[in-house]
Amino acid sequence: MDFFQLLVSGIANGCVYGLIALGFVMIYKATEAVNFAQGDFMMLGAFVMIGFGNSGYWGLPFGVAIVLTLVVMGALGYLIDRLLLRRVAGESQTAIIILTIALGFVMRFIAGIIWGHSPQSLENPLAGQELRLAGITLGMEDVAVILVTVALTVGLFFFFGRTKLGLAMQAASQNQLAAYYMGIPVKRVQGFIWALSGVVAGIAGILFATKGSVDPTTGLIGIKAFAAAVIGGFGSLPGALLGGLVIGIIEPFASRYMPAGYSQIAPYALLLIVLVFRPSGLFSQLRNKKV
Amino acid sequence: MRVHFKTSYEQDIRFFEDRWTLFLYASLVILAFVLPYIIDDFYLGEMTNVLIWAVAGLGLMLLTGHTGQASLGHAAFLAMGCYAYHILVKYGVTFIIAFPLAGIITGVVGMFIAIPALRLRGIYLAIATMAMSILVDDIIVLTAPWSGGVSGMFSDPLNLYWIQIDRWGTPVAFYYVVLVVVILVTLGYANILRSPTGRSFVAVRDSEVSAQAMGVDIAKTKMLSFALSCGITGLAGALMGMFSGVFNNETFSVVISVQLLMMIVIGGLGSIHGAFFGAIVIGFLPQFLSISKGWVGDVIGGSAVAIPGLEFGVFGMILIAFILFEPAGIYGRWFKIRTWLELFPFYRKGMFKRQKSFLKTERLQ
Repeated sequence: MDFFQLLVSGIANGCVYGLIALGFVMIYKATEAVNFAQGDFMMLGAFVMIGFGNSGYWGLPFGVAIVLTLVVMGALGYLIDRLLLRRVAGESQTAIIILTIALGFVMRFIAGIIWGHSPQSLENPLAGQELRLAGITLGMEDVAVILVTVALTVGLFFFFGRTKLGLAMQAASQNQLAAYYMGIPVKRVQGFIWALSGVVAGIAGILFATKGSVDPTTGLIGIKAFAAAVIGGFGSLPGALLGGLVIGIIEPFASRYMPAGYSQIAPYALLLIVLVFRPSGLFSQLRNKKV
Repeated sequence: MRVHFKTSYEQDIRFFEDRWTLFLYASLVILAFVLPYIIDDFYLGEMTNVLIWAVAGLGLMLLTGHTGQASLGHAAFLAMGCYAYHILVKYGVTFIIAFPLAGIITGVVGMFIAIPALRLRGIYLAIATMAMSILVDDIIVLTAPWSGGVSGMFSDPLNLYWIQIDRWGTPVAFYYVVLVVVILVTLGYANILRSPTGRSFVAVRDSEVSAQAMGVDIAKTKMLSFALSCGITGLAGALMGMFSGVFNNETFSVVISVQLLMMIVIGGLGSIHGAFFGAIVIGFLPQFLSISKGWVGDVIGGSAVAIPGLEFGVFGMILIAFILFEPAGIYGRWFKIRTWLELFPFYRKGMFKRQKSFLKTERLQ
């Protein structure tokens, strides 16, 4: 049963990576920009939730705090697009990479000022509850994480593939000018996708905070989420989740069965191997670029 | 205003445009050489630090600024150069041989790393190099018998036959060593840029497809760029190790990689000057912050509070401001000011205005 225990905790961790990766992939799908600050976005979401919900701060009821957090994170995502990203539209990818990395620094700094640098965890109704199933003990938080992630991925997948707005987003990313000509309000669409990715980051943050403690450097797990997104192939939503699960499952098994010192290498080594042998990920959308 | 009417190719690729420019750079070099007699040892140390960062910046500039390959992993090459040099010294190799050798080793390793990296572009390359930079920490721990792992390594004073140079004992001599390295690297860099090799780098940056059409071998060019870039970075790493005196697996973290990339962006991508300007910002920002913190403390009347992470917060904000308002960096701004002065009163507003570009996907269905 030890094996299953490791598997479940790996899947739950992997779902969090997958959620952050979903944030990257969504923005990449719709604006062709990569948000290196997505992990810090998630950290901020977790802290906002703690600020609203924990009794040490505002102490609002759990449900109200969740709604408020998602609203705040959505607004923040929209503002970031409105104030920063919109101005660099069409610049080189290096500029956008550096802009979002710098944004991550600023977020970490601000979170440190507001909520301090010591680790904090979220007071939540699920804490300590367990689900026993055929001899395996599952924490309720883990179950919640898995359920929410799967639901969100399925929802976003259909949103991008089936709804008018989702298709408009994909069109806007493939050729901005042509999308303008076809009557798609490109700016508004991009603002919306950033708001949506803020909400996803908020959800990821809340789930992360129920599972463990958060401090301003938590956002660095965004790097593992990168590995997840790359393994899944940037631009594929189910791929992002799958990549997250791969990374999440590898971690506990590597630390269990591999010699110490090698285990933390595993996710990054896997990332490099995937990049070398299948540079565009498992669910590739990349083709040769034309002039 | 100076007008250059170029009549030959020789004139176009000259090191210095005219005697005036030559005079300016010559006086800058002379100033750098007499600097130890002007400022005290503390600021000389800071200046040495800035020069070392400038070498590292030049290394990354060649790859990112001139060949257009964004790397978030150059701290890995700093580490490699640093460890290569110090391990060589430990086995009794003298500075004159060990130092260039460290650069060559790093360059060769960089070239081999470039082979898989050739297939990646844009964000994929950035992510791959970042992963590499994270792995270096663990690799240093795993190779503890040579590298000292977590407990680190100490840098012996460097032995230049007749004199023992170390950063604390003889700061002036160490400054001169760094200065000579900086001048040699800068001259070499400028020379590469005016050669066909350097032009093919720029061609690859501006458009791979067009470069290929003009007969540039993309793979070879990128590999050469990686090799040279990593080599220069390796030299900077060796100097950094000597400067800090002691280093371990956490010295060259991924944060350094990010800082290096940010530095050349602030300085101005695609110019030698940019690496130096960026290094000045990076080198003096902590000093500037601690001075201004004390000043703010005096004004408010409270004690100067230490805010953890302040440096990176301010750094991030400066960077955002640059990307938004002056993507060409400090050098770009300086270039505009100089043009304004030279053309006075004929400068027009739209002179450096860039054409609005629209996003087109790299994923084609």
